[in-house]
Order: sequence, then C-alpha cells, then structure tokens
Amino acid sequence: MRKTVDKSPENWTMIIKPKRHLLDVNLKELWKYRDLIALFVKRDFVATYKQTILGPLWFLIQPLLSTMMYVLVFGNIAKISTDGLPQVLFYMSGVVGWTYFSTALRSTSSTFTANAGIFGKVYFPRLALPISTVISGLVQFFIQFTFLLCFMAYYGIIGADFTPNMYVLLIPVLILLMAGLGLGFGILISAMTTKYRDLSNLVGFGVQLWMYATPVIYPISTIPEEYKIYVQANPLTPVIESFRFALLGKGNFEPMALLYSFGFMVVLLTAGVLVFNKVEQSFMDTV
Amino acid sequence: MSDIAIKLENISKRYRLGLVGSNTLKGDMQAWWYRIRGKEDPLLKIGQENTLGKAGGDYVWALKDINLEVKQGEILGIIGKNGAGKSTLLKLLSQVTGPTTGAIKVKGRIASLLEVGTGFHPELTGKENIFLNGAILGMTKNDIKLKLDEIVEFAGVAKYLDTPVKRYSSGMYVRLAFAVAAHLEPDILVVDEVLAVGDAEFQKKAIGKMQDVSKGGGRTVLFVSHNLNSVSLLCSKAILLENGRIVYRNKTDNVIDRYIANKNILKGQEINFNNVKRKKSEIFFNKLKFINYPIKFGENIELELKIVSIDNNKFNDLDIGIGIQDSKQKRIIHVSNKFINKEITHKSNNQRYLIKISNNLAPGLYSLTLFLKTGDIIQDWMQDILQFEIADGNPYNFMNTKLITGIIFPKFEINQI
Repeated sequence: MRKTVDKSPENWTMIIKPKRHLLDVNLKELWKYRDLIALFVKRDFVATYKQTILGPLWFLIQPLLSTMMYVLVFGNIAKISTDGLPQVLFYMSGVVGWTYFSTALRSTSSTFTANAGIFGKVYFPRLALPISTVISGLVQFFIQFTFLLCFMAYYGIIGADFTPNMYVLLIPVLILLMAGLGLGFGILISAMTTKYRDLSNLVGFGVQLWMYATPVIYPISTIPEEYKIYVQANPLTPVIESFRFALLGKGNFEPMALLYSFGFMVVLLTAGVLVFNKVEQSFMDTV
Repeated sequence: MSDIAIKLENISKRYRLGLVGSNTLKGDMQAWWYRIRGKEDPLLKIGQENTLGKAGGDYVWALKDINLEVKQGEILGIIGKNGAGKSTLLKLLSQVTGPTTGAIKVKGRIASLLEVGTGFHPELTGKENIFLNGAILGMTKNDIKLKLDEIVEFAGVAKYLDTPVKRYSSGMYVRLAFAVAAHLEPDILVVDEVLAVGDAEFQKKAIGKMQDVSKGGGRTVLFVSHNLNSVSLLCSKAILLENGRIVYRNKTDNVIDRYIANKNILKGQEINFNNVKRKKSEIFFNKLKFINYPIKFGENIELELKIVSIDNNKFNDLDIGIGIQDSKQKRIIHVSNKFINKEITHKSNNQRYLIKISNNLAPGLYSLTLFLKTGDIIQDWMQDILQFEIADGNPYNFMNTKLITGIIFPKFEINQI
C-alpha cells in the first residue's frame, strides 16, 4: 500500500497503491498515533500485573536469581575474573543491561505473528506496537536498575572497591542504544518471520548464545588478544562495558567503540524500519 | 466530480493458495529474478478467478478489476456469496492488506469496523478499553474524552465502567465496542457483518446510528452483510459481487432480487438428486418434492422424499434426518424419525416418505440438508443441497414484515392486566 497526498484537482486525501516504494515511510502518521503508543504501554503494564500476587516484584527475582547463579558458576566454580569488582555488582550490572536489550529484541521479534489477530482487523501504523513494547520494557529496566543501585549502596557502605564516575551521565545514551539495537534487530526479525517461521525458533536460544559473546559474565580484559576483535564487533559489547564502567569504574571505556555501536544502531534501525514497512502491507496474506 | 468519496480503479487482489511453506523461497527467488531483469512476474499472469473448490494453480484472484465510485453520503451495501470477495474488498479499503494491482483513492478519514472489540484487552476496565480501542481506530485522547459520555450512554454500561471487560456479558461487550466505533466520526465508515452479534434491540439501535451517521453527517458507509434484511433497511444502493467481480450495481432491492435469483433456488416443486455427486452407497435419496411451493408463511413445510436402494434391497432401522438452515448457514430446524421413536423399514423402491414440519419461520431464504442412516452407517448426507423460500407475510397482519427482525414469528399476545 502506498499512501500519497494527491495534488490533482480532485483532492484525494489518500491513495492506496499496491507497491509501496522502499523509502516511503510514513513517520508523520506514526507521530499522529502517539496516544495509541502511550495506551499500549499502559495496557502492557496494567495487564502484566493484574491477578499476580507479587506484581512488579517479579522483575527483581529474575536478575537476583541470575546474578546468584553467575556468582556461583562463573565466579566461584570457573573463577572468571571480575576486574576486582564485587562479583554481585559485576554480574548484576551486566544482567540488568543485557536483560533490557534481550527483552526488547525478543518481544518485538514476534510483533507480526503475535498480533496477527488485531492487524487483520484494523489499520494503524504497525510500528506503534514494537515501539510501545520497547517503552514498556523501560519500566522493567528502571525497576531493576533501582534494585542494582540498592546493591551498590550496600556495597558502598561495607566499603567495597568500586567507583561510580562522571560517565553515569552517559547512561541515558546507553539506554537509547540498548533500546535501539533491540528494536532494530526485533523488527527486522519480525518482518522476516512472517514468511519464514524458522527464525522465531532461532531467536530464543540465539539471544542466549549472544549473551556469551557479550561481556556480561566476563570483563573484556580477560579476552585473549586474537579473539578480541570478534567480541568488539558485537555492537552490544561497548554498551555493556560502558554501562559497567560508568557505574563501577572498571572496564573498558572507548568513545570510538561507543560511536561504532551508535552507527550500527542507526543503520540497523533504518534497515529494520524499511523492511518492516515493506512487509507491513502484505503480511496479512502470508502470516 | 467533487462529491466522490471513494474511487477504486482496476483493483485486483491475488492470494496464494495452499500452504505457504518451503516452496515460497523458490517462488520468491523466481519472482525476484524476473523483476531484476525487468520482466513481469510470471505468476501474476495466472488469470484465475476465485472459484471455490476448483483446484489448479497456486494463486487465486479474490478480486479482479474492480472499478467503483461511491458518492459522499451514500450507504452502499455489498452482497454476494461466501467467497465472492466482499471481505477482501473491505480489507483493502481499511488498509489491512494491500491490493495487488490498481489504486484506491479516498477523500477523508476512513475507519473500519471489521469486528467489534478489536484490541479490547480483557484485563482492562471498560473505560480504559474505550480509550485503547478509540486510539486503535485513530482517535486522539482528546477526541475520546469529548465523546466519552456519549459512548457510555449509547452502550449503556455506565455502572460497569471501572470493571474489567472480562467480567462483561457478551452483550455489554459488543455494545461497548460498537459504541466506540460509531462515535469515531470518520468521513467513511466500513462495516462488516458486525450486526450479526447482539440482540434485536441492539441491531436496531446500531442500524439507526449508522443511518444517522450518513444522513446527518453526510458520511459515507460501506456495509457488508449476509443479512439481506438489514442491507435493504440500511442501504439505498448495493453492489453484487460474484467471483471477485462486480456483476451488478443498482438499487438495493433490485440487487437483492438478482442475488436471490442466482442462488439456485428451487424453482419448481421437484428436485432430482441423480446428478449430485457424492460417495456411493447402497441406499440414498433420489428425489424430493415440495407438496406446496412456494411455501406461504405459516403453512406446513411438506416434503415428499423418494429413497432408492440398490437392487431394491430391504433396509431396517432408517434414520431420515432433515435440517433447515437460515441464510447464514445456521441450523434452525432438525427433525428425524428417531426423535419421535418411529421405526422405519425401507421395503421397496416404490416406498415414498412424507415429512410434515410445522412452520413459523420468518419469510426469506432457507437451505435444506438431507441425512440418511441405516443402523450406524451413514448412507447419504447432502448439506445445503437446495434453497427454498418462505413467502412474505406474518401472522400479525403487520404491514411491513421487514421490520420484524426475528427468525421465528410465533403467536403472541400482549395484554394490559
């Protein structure tokens, strides 16, 4: 479907044509539907906690258990270095950052298949859904982030060796990077799963494997020099490393690497939006 | 030509038949290869029409070369058999899916109501859902706030606004959903079969609302329904779709007449089943005769059935079942000799069976299903094998039968006591 504003004397407000140009992305329309995005976010939040006893507490249990597990397996059994940081803080900072990215990716990657019902009945800019999903994820992130701050306060009081620094001011940028990368990969995958469902099987364990290619459970300093290039090619590496550096003061902070992640995100998001936009018009016939 | 609200130019829509599976990658590559060489996609040339049941070809044209102009303020009915392309047309208009060829030109905002309650979330309260549903349909928060009281009043759910909709009765649910959509105030409203749900009172209210919308507001309404009654009540003009093409466009009553005429309705009194293809069995229906046809309102439906067995064999324990469905294929009546404890033995092929069914069905078209069992073996089963008509009329001496929306017209009394 291509929608264009017609300038002919007949004054059509909208023309729907079969093949939409690849670059014909209607972001203005998306902006018109911002109320809808807000309402989707609200819906996600309300609907997740209705009829649960613990409510948002579930958000805390997940990083806590993961952290404990990592402390046990990677810290105490495998004895992987944490750059001298308290193990709990080291793992938890990685887990919190990684969780937001992976949740954003996973939940947006099923946009088309999970919402086929509503998409088949009514039109609204389809991008509204994945965007609202990524924003809903922020709520979870902030709760977990606060949880992490509490642990930092505790370790600060008992005098552990870590130093939050000026770079915490960069954290909003890091969040944007996680959100953008998650959304970009997510919508790209969701656009492709409409035809080839195989991908949705890959997403689940693919994300899990990806975590091990990202310095979540190990600092980048432990990577042998010859493999470093591969870990650094991962656009998530600078994000997680910088996140940890800003909060705890140890790790690798390279502005250029961060810039690389940013560039990667811009390219990925553009590609994702274009492909998503292209699939949006016809996916109802294949899904 | 400034008063045209919608214009469709050569609209066609192609669907893929069968499974979308491992072959699709190959098909995609092929299409892509043709495209980069500047040739037309060869698959597009398969000029098949949408004839249900006929196999052959991987693609089917659900709509073919549709040209249509709808004037502003017009309520246009769209009728046709299942699979004629009605819903596809509405899907294109509401931008759920894109056309394969052609262009749709629209003046003004278009809103579609392909199903009531789309996007309702069961855990959210009535009020939250009004906002969510409104936003999905394209309203802003402020639009909805202004309309909130009207919506709530129309739906009649004021008391339950803060209750999650999962606790609503299905009637309340439908009323609320329709109310939101009806208060959208789009320039063009596209409605598909939504009136099938809800009680008669609600249907009347909804039709009234749609009439207001078009007459008062000068808005255009496109209305699809299997319920010919509501189409004729609501629409002044209609189009008839057949196999993805517009075959007729005229005043609604003329179009409905033509539609009915096309539907293989029993013309004479008799029908012979010799040519009906079905699985071979030892005993089967051969002929059916309506004793009185057309059937007047309130008159018994009397059928004479001829059942034939191979080699004139004798059969014990027959179960002769007859089903009557309304125009929406919903079974209204089911009779069988089993229900009244009547043992039937088929003695010879000269044997005929007379079935009398008392009838207070509303005037209109019905279809007949015939079913034959001997013991536990299903011998013959013909679904919707023919359509018959019950002539206009009602037992109340009321002048306009169309205003009575029930499917059964029972005797009743209303007295002051």
